[in-house]
Amino acid sequence: MQLEQAFQDPQLCRSLLDRLNRALDGRSMRFMEVCGTHTVAIFQSGLRSLLPDTVAHLSGPGCPVCVTHDAEVAAFLDLAGRDNVIIATFGDLLRVPGPGGRSLKHAQAQGARVEIVYSPLDALTLAANNPGDIVVFLGIGFETTAPTVAATLLTARQRKLENFCVLSLHKLVPPALRTLLDDSQCAVEAFLLPGHVSTILGLEPYGFLAKDYHVPGVVGGFQPADILLALCMMAEQIRDNAPAVVNAYPRAVGDAGNPRARALLEQFFMPADALWRGIGSIPQSGLTLRPEYEDMNAMVRLDLTLPDVPPLPGCRCGDVLKGRMAPPDCPLFGKKCTPATPVGPCMVSTEGSCAAYFKYSER
Amino acid sequence: MEDCLLLDAGSGGRASQRLISQCFFRHFANPLLERMDDAALLTDIHGPLAMSTDSYTVTPLIFPGGSIGSLAVHGTVNDVAMLGARPRYLSCAFILEEGLSLETLERITADMAAAAREAGVHIVTGDTKVVPRGACDKIFINTTGIGEVFANPVPSGHSARPGDAVLVSGAMGDHGLTVMGSREGLSFLTDVASDSAPLNHMIEDILQSAEEVHVLRDPTRGGLATTLNEIAEQSQVGILLEETAIPVHEAVRNGCSFLGLDPLYLANEGKCICIVPEDKAEAALEAMRRSPYGKEATRVGTVTEGKAQVSLQTRIGGRRLLGMLEGAQLPRIC
Ligand code: SF4
Repeated sequence: MQLEQAFQDPQLCRSLLDRLNRALDGRSMRFMEVCGTHTVAIFQSGLRSLLPDTVAHLSGPGCPVCVTHDAEVAAFLDLAGRDNVIIATFGDLLRVPGPGGRSLKHAQAQGARVEIVYSPLDALTLAANNPGDIVVFLGIGFETTAPTVAATLLTARQRKLENFCVLSLHKLVPPALRTLLDDSQCAVEAFLLPGHVSTILGLEPYGFLAKDYHVPGVVGGFQPADILLALCMMAEQIRDNAPAVVNAYPRAVGDAGNPRARALLEQFFMPADALWRGIGSIPQSGLTLRPEYEDMNAMVRLDLTLPDVPPLPGCRCGDVLKGRMAPPDCPLFGKKCTPATPVGPCMVSTEGSCAAYFKYSER
Repeated sequence: MEDCLLLDAGSGGRASQRLISQCFFRHFANPLLERMDDAALLTDIHGPLAMSTDSYTVTPLIFPGGSIGSLAVHGTVNDVAMLGARPRYLSCAFILEEGLSLETLERITADMAAAAREAGVHIVTGDTKVVPRGACDKIFINTTGIGEVFANPVPSGHSARPGDAVLVSGAMGDHGLTVMGSREGLSFLTDVASDSAPLNHMIEDILQSAEEVHVLRDPTRGGLATTLNEIAEQSQVGILLEETAIPVHEAVRNGCSFLGLDPLYLANEGKCICIVPEDKAEAALEAMRRSPYGKEATRVGTVTEGKAQVSLQTRIGGRRLLGMLEGAQLPRIC
């Protein structure tokens, strides 16, 4: 904790800000923070109010709740209505609106059994205590959370718990970045890469950013000084026209990531095409359970399909996630769409960019 | 007596009488209550009066630093006191679930009695209902308090003025994190305890020492951030807080950062916010620090002109909005 506090030191931040200004030397920079935790940290620490005007920060597709497609929300809402099904989920999914604005909170009020868990392992306890029901854990998240879900599947096997399964809606970060960069309208000049995801992946999976697209990528931590340091490195790479993928968060991220966690992931999951809200289908950007674990795959076991759901009228989440639009420029922002009456998930998720703008910007 | 509560105890007959005399009368003993008339006759209380009511439901019933019983007294006593009033009398209504352990009920009742004694209030009228298993969560308590207003002017959320100093009587978030921690069985939260406490004596001292107090509020549900937002709205002023000045205990800060919670939105049950003219700030702080419940009192910000919003000057010198809480804060571990 003390170490973390050192990265909030005002003097250290001041000197990094000076370094950033020197590197920018009046030119502008459009960077994208891929991860929602970064978005929130930038606001919460007050960093945004200190950044030079020439730095535009775009919030990327890195909030696991925000990128969950309407069809996926519709699917788990469908599950929540079924007899003998108990949904186990992290709290952030409760208020995510699906088709018609309905959320798990509504389902719960109408009698659905939705339990908030703090670890996927808690879902196993639920399963053990309710042998007559089937417990479905909503597997939402990126490479960071997926290994714990894999570990839970392993434990479920070892304990021979037959009434536990996972609805795997996990997403993978690197394929999404490639899709963004392939978009001709993409205006991102550098990526602040997600610290948590990188603890698992390491640097290698991002190598293509610099190699194929000539775009810098810096893995950054979540304290203000961490973020500032990453921004300095991005600006310097742009200035020197020397893009590279580098690690500015070595106290948590090893360059090789966590091979054991990746092995566990691979044991249970394999890549599959996945739907991203506002972006659509991205090839090989999700994780599905391997065929040998079909009995723990909620899609198969409970015979689920992702329904065709028309996009939410007026919601510009896709443009926000792609960095084409800042949240306040969405016509619904702060009017029809507020944290109390969210139109899109970006407005309810604790890591959502619309929510962060709404929550932290002085008006 | 049986060791758990039976539905009979709510029948109004002998079983009810037994419960009332063996549990409530024994602990709450005072002549007004013991008259057992339909209402309490209060002859020695003089207006203007302040009155407040609140219902208490909390899981678990007993937590580090208190119980639903002490909470039900402190909460209402403090609400009455925040109006610049001296709390005198409380009513108390119990809704009890069949099967409740009588030992638990006894402990809670004893806590209420002790809390009332410390606050100097009497519980003079009450009611007991027993409902079938499943109809309520073990025990709900409603208390109503009545007190004599002595402050002039009466502090109110509408009275904050630009230039006023914003003070708090101690560290934020202890109660909220404690209850959440004991509810979820988070064993690593060993160093936190609820701050539940009666603040009426401290408030009386503040009002006498500072002479002019614009706002007094207890930042219960929604915490400091939400309460200050309410005040900003009511008074149509801005409030600028200094993040580094806001006291938060180390254990609470660590627990919150682990769970993804913000201590500024967590409930407090033994703290007050006090907004006073700049030149009264020192006197008010000294009064708070004289109380055992105000030792960590400190100035956290200033009332400003402009939009009705609360802003935070952050640790690194940036600024951001500190908005109102939307829905409940949910702990997150990921
Ligand atoms: S403001 Fe609301 S509607 Fe607009 S993009 Fe954000 S979440 Fe979607």
